[in-house]
Amino acid sequence: MQQRSNIRFMSRQEVLGYIMLAVILLAIIPLSLDVFRLNLIGKYLTYAFVALGLVLCWGYGGILSLGQGVFFGLGGYCMAMFLKLEASDPESTKIQSTPGIPDFMDWNQITELPWWWEPFRELPFALSAIVLLPTLFAFIIGVAMFKRRVGGVYFAIITQAIAAIMTILIIGQQGYTGGVNGITDLRTLLGWDIRSDSAKVILYYVCSAALFICLLLSQFIRYKKLGRILVAMRDREDRVRFSGYDVANFKIFVFCLSAMFSAIGGAMFTLQVGFMSPSFVGIVPSIEMVIYCAVGGRLSLLGAVYGTLLVNWAKTIFSETFPELWLFAMGGLFIAVVMAFPNGLASLFKRYIEPKLPAWYSGRAIDSKAPILETDSSIETGQANALGSEENIGLSKSLTKPEAGITVVPRTDEKLEGGVYVD
Amino acid sequence: MFEEYSMAELTDILFMQGFAGLILFSVLVLMALGLAIIFGQMGVINMAHGEFMILGAYTTYLTSHIFETYLPALFDGYFFVAMALAFLVCFALGVLVEWGMIRFLFKRPLDTLLATWGLSLILQQSYRTVFGAREVGVTLPEWMMGSYAMTETIEVPINGIFVMVLTLFIASGVYFLMFRSLWGKQVRAVVQNRPMAGAVGIDTGKVDRYTFGIGCGIAGIAGSAFTMIGSTGPTSGQLYIVDTFLVVVFGGAQSLIGTIASAFTISQSQSTLEFFLSGSMAKVITLLIVVGILMLRPQGLFALKIRQ
Repeated sequence: MQQRSNIRFMSRQEVLGYIMLAVILLAIIPLSLDVFRLNLIGKYLTYAFVALGLVLCWGYGGILSLGQGVFFGLGGYCMAMFLKLEASDPESTKIQSTPGIPDFMDWNQITELPWWWEPFRELPFALSAIVLLPTLFAFIIGVAMFKRRVGGVYFAIITQAIAAIMTILIIGQQGYTGGVNGITDLRTLLGWDIRSDSAKVILYYVCSAALFICLLLSQFIRYKKLGRILVAMRDREDRVRFSGYDVANFKIFVFCLSAMFSAIGGAMFTLQVGFMSPSFVGIVPSIEMVIYCAVGGRLSLLGAVYGTLLVNWAKTIFSETFPELWLFAMGGLFIAVVMAFPNGLASLFKRYIEPKLPAWYSGRAIDSKAPILETDSSIETGQANALGSEENIGLSKSLTKPEAGITVVPRTDEKLEGGVYVD
Repeated sequence: MFEEYSMAELTDILFMQGFAGLILFSVLVLMALGLAIIFGQMGVINMAHGEFMILGAYTTYLTSHIFETYLPALFDGYFFVAMALAFLVCFALGVLVEWGMIRFLFKRPLDTLLATWGLSLILQQSYRTVFGAREVGVTLPEWMMGSYAMTETIEVPINGIFVMVLTLFIASGVYFLMFRSLWGKQVRAVVQNRPMAGAVGIDTGKVDRYTFGIGCGIAGIAGSAFTMIGSTGPTSGQLYIVDTFLVVVFGGAQSLIGTIASAFTISQSQSTLEFFLSGSMAKVITLLIVVGILMLRPQGLFALKIRQ
C-alpha cells in the first residue's frame, strides 16, 4: 500500500487553492464590488453548489443527472414557501378576499391554505425540508434507477424527463405554486428585512460560508475510501461489483448528496434574489448547470466554483451588451468544452500555469505527482487502492489478492481511447 | 365526470380525441423514427434532433413562399417538393455534424449529449436571427384544408389524414431500409460488432455518417409534416425533444416496432386525458406513467434479447 501514504486530506496545492478561493470570495470580491454586484456574485455562487454536486456525481461517480434544477428548485421553493407565508400575514394582506394566504392563491380563487403549505410556517420545518425533501426525492429516484442498473444516457434522459414534469406541474398548478411567475415578493426572514443592503452583504457571507462547508465535505469524501470507490465504479463498474461492493448504494449516496447540495444552493438563491420561479427548475437551466461544472473541470471541486463564476459572469456581460450573441457563445462553449477541454479550466491551470509557479507552491517534488484523481495515473492508483486496501471486506480480499498484482494491472488502453482523462 | 354526457356523445368524444391523438402519434412517430435510428443503432444522443426538425419546418416554409411567389400554378404540389428539400437539407447538415463532431465522441455518449445540446443552442439562435423570434406558419394548398365529415358529429381534418398517411409511408420506408436493404444490413452489422464489420470490408465510418444523416433527414420530414398542423418558432423543437426521447426509450431503444407502439400509447393516453383534465395535468400524468413504467422495466416495452 505504498500509494496510500501519498494521499493526504489535502495536498499543498489544494490547501493553497482553498486559501486563494477564500481570499477571493471573502475579501477581494466584497471589498471591490458594490452591493448590487455583490448580490449578483452571491447569486452565481448558489449555482456553484449545484456544480459542486455535479463534480461528485458526474465527475467522480460517472452519473450525469440532467435534473439538478429539480433539486435546486425544491430547495428554493421550500425556502420561498416559508418566506411567503411570513410575508402574507393577515395584516399586510387585508385587501385580499381571503386575508392571510399568499397573494397568488387569492388571485386563483383559493380560499384556504392547502394542508401541505401549513407546516412551512415554522422555520425549523422549512429548513429541514430544504435539506431532506430533495434528498428523499433523489433517494427514491436513485433506488428505482440504480437498483435496476439503469445508468448512463438512460439515467440522463429520465432525470431530464423528471425536470420537464416538474416544470409543467409547477406552471400548471398556478394556485398552489404561483405558476410561471413563481413565488415572488418575499420580504423578511423572522422579521429581518432580506432586501436591505446590509442583509444582502450578510447573506453573501452566509452563502460563501455554506459553500465552503460543502467544499470541505466533498474534499473529505474524495479523500476517504468512498471517493476511491466512486472513481473505481465510474471506470470499472463490474470489477467493483465483483469485489463485493453494492455499486447501487454508492451511486444512490452520491446522487442524494448532490441533490442536497443543489437544494442548499436553491435555498440560498431564494434568500438572496428574493423569489423562486419554475425557470430555474426545467431542462434548460438543468443542462446549463452541467456546463458550469464542465467548464471548471469535472474532476475539480474548486474548478466548479470558478467555472460557475466565469460562465455566469460571461453570461451577464454578454446579455447586457450583445444579447443575441449569448446563445451562440453558450453553444460554442458546450462544444468546445467537450471536444477540446474535457477537463475544463482545471486541466488548463495544471498544464500551463502550475509549471510556471514558484517552487514553494508545489512543495516537495513528489507532491506534484501525488494529488489524487486529477491525472490519468492517479486514477489508476485510486482504483487500485479502492480495490486492494486492507479495509476491504473479506470477500474482495480473498478474491482479488492485491499482493499478486491482479487488481493493479493498469488498463490504459481504454483510458486513452476515451480521451476524457487524458491531459 | 361522465354524468353530463350521453353514451353516444361519449363515443364521439372518444373518437375525436382518439383522432387528435393519432395526429400527435404521427408527428411523434416521425420524430422518434429518426431518433430511434440515431440512438438505437448508433448509441448517440442527439439533443439537437428537435432543431433538425425545425430546420425541416423552416425549409418547408421557405419552399411554400417561393412557390407562392414564383410558381403559383404548381402550388398544390409544393408540399412534396418541400418534403424532399427538407430531407436533403437536414441530411446534409446531419452528415456535416457527424463528420465535424459526433465521430470524435462515439465512446463518450454523455459528452455527445452535451455537445449536441450546444449545437441545438447555436441552431436555435441562428433561426431566431434569420427568421425572427415570431412563429411562422405555411399556407396549406386548397385540397388539404377543410375536414371530412364521417357522421353528423364526427369530423376529421384532411391535413391530419395526410400526415397519418405520410407517417405510414415513411415508417414502412424506414423498415425496408433497415431490414430489407443491403445498407440496413451493414448498419446492423456495425451496431452489433464494429471491429468485425470493419474486418469484412464495411466502411464503418461511412455507415455511421449516413446513418446519422438519414436520421436527421427523417427529422426534417417530420418538421415538414409538423408545419401542416402547427406553426413553427425557433424553440418549437425543444418542446418535443423530451417526449421524443421518452418515446424511444419507452419503446426499447433498438426496436422500431417498440418505438411505434410507445408513440401510440403516449399520444393516445395524452390526448384522451387532455379532454378530462387540463392539458398540463394530462401531460404530467402521461409522463409520470412513462417514467414509472421505465423505472419498473428499464429496458423498455420491446427489448431485443441480448446478452449483457
